[in-house]
Amino acid sequence: MGQDPDSDRRAFLKATAAAGGALVIGFYLPGGGMPKVLAAPRPGASPAPFAPNAFIRIAPDESVTILCNKSEMGQGVYTALPMIAADEMDADWSRVRVEAAPAAPPYFHTTFGIQVTGGSTSVNSSFDQLRKAGAIARIMLVAAAAESWKVEPATCRAENGYVLHEATGRRLSFGQLAAKAATLTPPTDPKLKSPTDFKLIGRPVRRIDGRAKVTGQAKFGIDVKVPGMLTAVIARPPVFGGTVKSFNADKAKAVPGVKRIVQIDTGIAVLADGFWPAKLGRDALEITWNDGPLATLDSTTQRKQYEELARLDGSAAAVAATRGDVHAALARAEKKLEAVYEVPYLAHATMEPLNCVAHVRADGVEIWVGTQMQTTDQAAAAQIAGVRPERVVIHTMFLGGGFGRRANPAADFVKEAVKVSKAAGVPVKVVWTREDDMRGGYYRPRTYNVVRAGLDVNGLPIAWQHRIVGQSIILGTPFEPMLLKAELDMTQVEGSAEMEYQIPNFLVEYKIAPRGVPVLWWRSVGHSFTAFVKECFIDECAVAAKQDPVAYRRLLLVDHPRVRGVMDLAAEKAGWGRQLPQGRTMGIAVHESFGSLVAQVAEVSVSPAGEVTVHRVVCAVDCGPIVNPDTVRAQMESGIVFGLSAALYGRITFKDGRVEQSNFHDYPILRMNAMPSIEVFLVDSMAPMGGVGEPGTPPIAPAVANAIFAATGKRIRRLPIDPDELKAKRGET
Amino acid sequence: MISVTINGVAHRLDADPDTPLLWVLRDTLGLTGTKYGCGIAQCGACTVHVDGEPTRACVTPVSSVAGKIVLTIEGLSKSGEHPVQQAWLELDVVQCGYCQSGQIMTAAALLAKTPKPSDAQINEAMSGVLCRCGTYQRIRAAIKRVGGFQEP
Repeated sequence: MGQDPDSDRRAFLKATAAAGGALVIGFYLPGGGMPKVLAAPRPGASPAPFAPNAFIRIAPDESVTILCNKSEMGQGVYTALPMIAADEMDADWSRVRVEAAPAAPPYFHTTFGIQVTGGSTSVNSSFDQLRKAGAIARIMLVAAAAESWKVEPATCRAENGYVLHEATGRRLSFGQLAAKAATLTPPTDPKLKSPTDFKLIGRPVRRIDGRAKVTGQAKFGIDVKVPGMLTAVIARPPVFGGTVKSFNADKAKAVPGVKRIVQIDTGIAVLADGFWPAKLGRDALEITWNDGPLATLDSTTQRKQYEELARLDGSAAAVAATRGDVHAALARAEKKLEAVYEVPYLAHATMEPLNCVAHVRADGVEIWVGTQMQTTDQAAAAQIAGVRPERVVIHTMFLGGGFGRRANPAADFVKEAVKVSKAAGVPVKVVWTREDDMRGGYYRPRTYNVVRAGLDVNGLPIAWQHRIVGQSIILGTPFEPMLLKAELDMTQVEGSAEMEYQIPNFLVEYKIAPRGVPVLWWRSVGHSFTAFVKECFIDECAVAAKQDPVAYRRLLLVDHPRVRGVMDLAAEKAGWGRQLPQGRTMGIAVHESFGSLVAQVAEVSVSPAGEVTVHRVVCAVDCGPIVNPDTVRAQMESGIVFGLSAALYGRITFKDGRVEQSNFHDYPILRMNAMPSIEVFLVDSMAPMGGVGEPGTPPIAPAVANAIFAATGKRIRRLPIDPDELKAKRGET
Repeated sequence: MISVTINGVAHRLDADPDTPLLWVLRDTLGLTGTKYGCGIAQCGACTVHVDGEPTRACVTPVSSVAGKIVLTIEGLSKSGEHPVQQAWLELDVVQCGYCQSGQIMTAAALLAKTPKPSDAQINEAMSGVLCRCGTYQRIRAAIKRVGGFQEP
């Protein structure tokens, strides 16, 4: 690192000749008023050869390393982001490597102003930035070659890892040119390639991390081992907000391998020379807890409370969107519909349970963790350790799934590890058991939704009202100024407040429910339930109007050709309206989220016992220009399975303040034998670039629920789908 | 002392006999390719071969593998040459990758016994291994590819 970090703050852009003759291209993009966190020298480590504020590193051995500021959690950023830079550079793709960027301002998200992976924004927020970084590298390499050959740069060009001078047939490799290029002044306004010259962008490229992940070599947070490290398993309060009243650790200390017992504010940590003794020790702790105010939390009681809050004629709620006069329109409507839709708390249940390695030293903190939100983790660790944030080094490891759980502004899993390491004075790896993880909170909020529609004589909606009751995920976080306005949590009304259907009288309201259960973003956030409510209720309207659900939606999408287009594509590819095998029915849903439009048609059957089988899902997506089409397909497949697990099984419930679920036997996720065949169709689109990590999830639950209605006449208004409810209904229609 | 052959290497392990094989592999031997997912044989992330049989290392006491041959993802091939790994790469199966050691070990055991598995056989063998990223469609296609089936 060996350079003044302050110089980074002054320089917008610079090239640095680093040890080994490498070319380093970096940007400094001001971080929108967020705390300044600087790249920290690694405490105790020998000086690293390269400055950290950089996206591209070219070494004499021809390797081109892209420092990726987005965390790889399966969504493919370690491939898509390097593709963008490498294409602009005309690098040899087989030489491209990727490394996790350190936690530092140059790597802040271009929109969010902190280092974060989320909101399905990794590609679109990095696209211009990495193209520019790549173009600068290419221009400097070309200039270096031209200088070597004493020719005009305009007579040279880059191709596949070389700079060529065609007039004389000379060529130099990027590795040969790196040292010289590093001495040149970078251009401030590099000319970008024409998209017609893209060689990687827009083509299916295999994952860079594929080989590491099929050979067991990929290092996840849970795989980290550092010298002198102990493994900790923590006993946490069984009720959220609880505290330790008293404890006896004698039996825990007697477990062979247990080294230390450490109390922190959130529980008791047992430290051992490995997970197993730490877990045995933790389980042997005798603890008396103060349960606190949530001791009586009960899902059934909570439902009544939410029902009360949702009363449309009762107390006022925050208005998320309004036009016309919904009450007057309802009063004069030919036909009125009213329904209640409910969704439960959901755990992210990433396959890799939460974990974090922390080493607190006098001069700083070193952390190894799979995280989606480095900047807040860094700030939290700094505060606990009493050091400046730039003294906290974060090594971002592969994430064994994130889905939002590892983007916690409260930094829960990082803070604990830092506290335990600080108390114990050694490096500590805190590992959560599956049960700890499942019961650890930060769930997708439960919501209770009342919807009303008024139809005119033609069956078209003239009024639409949606009141959402649920906990806010933004309340109490640093995101309040941005996303919480007068008790209106923007993340909990998204997908409903800006719905596409043209309805003249429209009202979406939000009623904040009492806080308590830790809640957080869960793949597709508010869309994870607003799509379910909206797409099922519009189906109810279509049925009430005695119209085909696709034809009905089309009437309401006159001014939205893009939405109509993606819906029509899914319907066409699914063979909407065609004769299906006996017992099979189709349902459709279309939803916009994170700048992308996704339509899905689900083909289902319901057994006499009420068991739902989803046979086939046809998915159409319009996400604007595409960097890696195979990634888009993979993310649609992934989003559908994630949403299907929730629709069919997902539920976190409380009794006596305790979470009732604990592991995959009582919080099931989809297995191979329940996997539908999925077909994904990509719309060739020049719309602004949208995201793909989340938009595949919202439409699947309503598509399946609507298909179930077609099969059984039973309207699914509560998730997860309950086979018992369907048992009686099958065959009645 | 427990004698066991792991990835072709004879080990004499001084471990508590009740310790699950998973933690001996991961914490004692540093073979972290085998993953912890649930601890109760519900997710299959910890699947290894014991004398060729796919086995949940998280509920297998290390003492029970004494005298046996254990194969983990690290021993399946030198650097990904096994046909199952190759098919995984060709179809870009992985996403987060955390479950994939268990998926691959389970698929390799299936294909060793049943070179051309039917969909029902694939369901039977693979349904015990969870993937939260939802890569099942590609896993099925990759297994069929190894089996020599033409995928549309």
